[in-house]
Amino acid sequence: MSAAATPAAAALPAWLRALVPLVLALGIGALILAALGRDPVQFFANVLNRAVFNRSGLQETLVLMAPLLLIAASLIVCFRAGLWNLGIDGQFLLAATFASAFAAAWVAALPYWVAMALLFLLAAAVGAGWAMLPAFLKARYGVNEIVSTLMMNFLGFGLSAFLIKTLFGDPEHPAPQTTMLEVAERLPRIGETLVHVGVVFALLVILAVHVVMTRTGFGLRLRIVGHNPRAAEHAGLNVRRLTFAVFAISAALAGLAGAVEVLGVRGVVRADWHPGYGLLVVPLVFLARFHGVAAIAFVFVFAVLSIGGESAARRADLPNDFLLIMMALILVILAVTDHVASRARG
Amino acid sequence: MPEGTGAATTGADRGLDVPLVRLSGITKRFPGVLANDEVSFDIRPGEVHALLGENGAGKSTLIAILSGVLQPDSGRIEVNGRPVRIASPRDAIRLGIGTVYQHSTLVPTLSVVQNLMLGQRWWRPLGRAAALARLAELSALLGVRVDPDATAGSLSLGQQQQVEIVKALWRGERVLVLDEPTSMLTPQGVEELGQVMARLAARGFGIVFVSHKLQEVLAFGHRVTVLKLGRKAGEIPPARLSALSPAEATAEILDLMFGRGAADPEAPRRRASTIRADDAPLLEVEHLSAGEGAVQDVSFTLRPGEILGIAGVDGNGQKQLAEALAGQLRAEAGRIRFAGRDITRLPVARRHALGLRYLTDDRLGEGTVGGFAIGTNLVMKRVGEPPFWAGGFERPARIAAHARELIGRYDVRTPGPEVPIATLSGGNIQKALFGRELSGEPRLLLANKPTYGLDVANIRAARDRISAAAAAGVACILISTELDELLELSDRIAVMYRGRIAGIVGNGPDAERAIGRLMVGGA
Repeated sequence: MSAAATPAAAALPAWLRALVPLVLALGIGALILAALGRDPVQFFANVLNRAVFNRSGLQETLVLMAPLLLIAASLIVCFRAGLWNLGIDGQFLLAATFASAFAAAWVAALPYWVAMALLFLLAAAVGAGWAMLPAFLKARYGVNEIVSTLMMNFLGFGLSAFLIKTLFGDPEHPAPQTTMLEVAERLPRIGETLVHVGVVFALLVILAVHVVMTRTGFGLRLRIVGHNPRAAEHAGLNVRRLTFAVFAISAALAGLAGAVEVLGVRGVVRADWHPGYGLLVVPLVFLARFHGVAAIAFVFVFAVLSIGGESAARRADLPNDFLLIMMALILVILAVTDHVASRARG
Repeated sequence: MPEGTGAATTGADRGLDVPLVRLSGITKRFPGVLANDEVSFDIRPGEVHALLGENGAGKSTLIAILSGVLQPDSGRIEVNGRPVRIASPRDAIRLGIGTVYQHSTLVPTLSVVQNLMLGQRWWRPLGRAAALARLAELSALLGVRVDPDATAGSLSLGQQQQVEIVKALWRGERVLVLDEPTSMLTPQGVEELGQVMARLAARGFGIVFVSHKLQEVLAFGHRVTVLKLGRKAGEIPPARLSALSPAEATAEILDLMFGRGAADPEAPRRRASTIRADDAPLLEVEHLSAGEGAVQDVSFTLRPGEILGIAGVDGNGQKQLAEALAGQLRAEAGRIRFAGRDITRLPVARRHALGLRYLTDDRLGEGTVGGFAIGTNLVMKRVGEPPFWAGGFERPARIAAHARELIGRYDVRTPGPEVPIATLSGGNIQKALFGRELSGEPRLLLANKPTYGLDVANIRAARDRISAAAAAGVACILISTELDELLELSDRIAVMYRGRIAGIVGNGPDAERAIGRLMVGGA
């Protein structure tokens, strides 16, 4: 980038800078489609028609957003605090498993909303509990949390499958899975739609997380730790305690995502199920530069691409993996534009 | 290599009037600091050219320019009379300038000869026999004995330095730059280094010897250049230096370093003492140890309005002492009492709330979060407290008003409180930090190297700020490596040496000499 362009680049609002890689990636995706002999305009029109301009498609998109938004909230907390909780998938799945295991029984025994509230609390507690070991290792010994949380994922997947095959399994059912929560007992839907209240809950949570991170003393403490841990020590912050708090909150939010998915949509956890949402959301949160509102927008774009892209790819006779290529393109271009921008700021 | 290889004894024939290296009019700026201002400096064959100056005088910058690490903003560099550009350390080596840096560049786990072979091109065979021969040749030249198979890390610091010198001359360099080579050495090591420099000079090498110790400069230097605040304060050529008696030479160099009359012990401006002698001591430190031996058995007391200077060569435990007092470093033994209360186990935030304020020397590393607004940095030690937060929520108007007030009162030059603090100059960041630490109700200011890296005007401002704080009854601890600063401000001066307080002297006519002795471990 030339020196003359620097002030202009620096003057770009953040939302526009976040949009540039997205638009570039979609453009390159279009070029690839054209090179493969497909009509890119038609492809993207199919995506939008399926996922946005179609009543049930839009509802599917919104429903898919619920767990992704909660995971985005989880990641915003830890990334802003400079901690890499990449154990979200393990926390998500274990929490979903626990919530699902007790859902049918608790809903039968307790008033509906009491049962639901307890199930959400249980999921949050399981998620947070699963993050305590990496949190302790990080706070006490400085063990790299990327490695420890990723390892905890594998343990979490295994433990979840083990529990479903032993304690939490539904004896009535031939395949290993938890007891099904009947459709009527899942999270209530809004009006005549497929959209359940968990979507609204997720939106409120990510907005609340955004406000906490940007407007409160607690959020500022976390951001100080994230930007400069030595300055945090110097300013008298208890970095160890904050590390525990960050892991607990982040993992609890990942646990809530699991609860929303299971109690709102699936009603059951099978032993071989792990959707791996967590690592899909990481790039979206980076694109949003840890901003809660921007994250909602990017989660929406991703959900549209997922719901609409699947059918569009099928209709264009392309493999489903084409969507992953689009995601990867967005990320690579994000990295390049960030690098160029920081060089220009120099 | 244009010249020099294997020509270790022919340099003296070149004639002494063409310098090996000539720097003229070198200027180098850093944000907020003019590190070198029109400095000229010659390196002549057969001469040890001593470069003298206090910390922050610009010696390291000049050395970095000479060795290709930094580029001057303006000025001219000539090697053997030809103008050159030293764009990188590799260029410097190619031009025959070998540098021994202050900190070791040897790989401690490799042997001496392996270290020396490291710089070879990767496609060349290692050539151990040739390396051993070259090592023997250079050892003979330097008059030292080096075991080629000893592990570098197992050698004494003096021996490691000899290996560094061998490395710096490995490719036939004719100019040897030694950046503060004596700072880590024992007195015997210093003596040996002096002999090595003398031998090299006798063989026609040009040597730059950087030091801030006057005795060494007089003992080893043929020519002396004094830097002061980035400018060349003066140069004493060999003819004149050898004509002076040691006492006259000392006086002349002190004149250059501190201005006329500095040699006279009565002359430094000293602030009038503001100790409130009737008050009980505010701070009592008893047998404090911290940082795994960095601070050992330190005891002192401090009264309101008193300034206790802490002198010492950098790295003798001053920083750890400051961190232990501020609560950032756990006390391993001993007690700290503040206003009659035992604070030895209190965390940083509680000590800050009691009025113990630590002005760190690491302004960007720990003092600030560079990307955050000035206003946020100014309340960084009070996060969550009223009036800046209410019910956990930030009150941006209050934070901005507080910032504007401090910016005005402490004369911070900035477009506004919302600007990221890292965009300010060092002097303005330091003003902002003074504002932060002295706001509220400070009772003790712990200032660690408060003027380090600042320009003259900001040094003045910082010193006045500390004076004013003491006059207002704040007890101050002033950690500094600048003797004139300590002599100007302190009531008493404690000297730290290897983690202990070697002695505490009252500030007076004999203080400078007493401190000098204590700093190097003398009684």
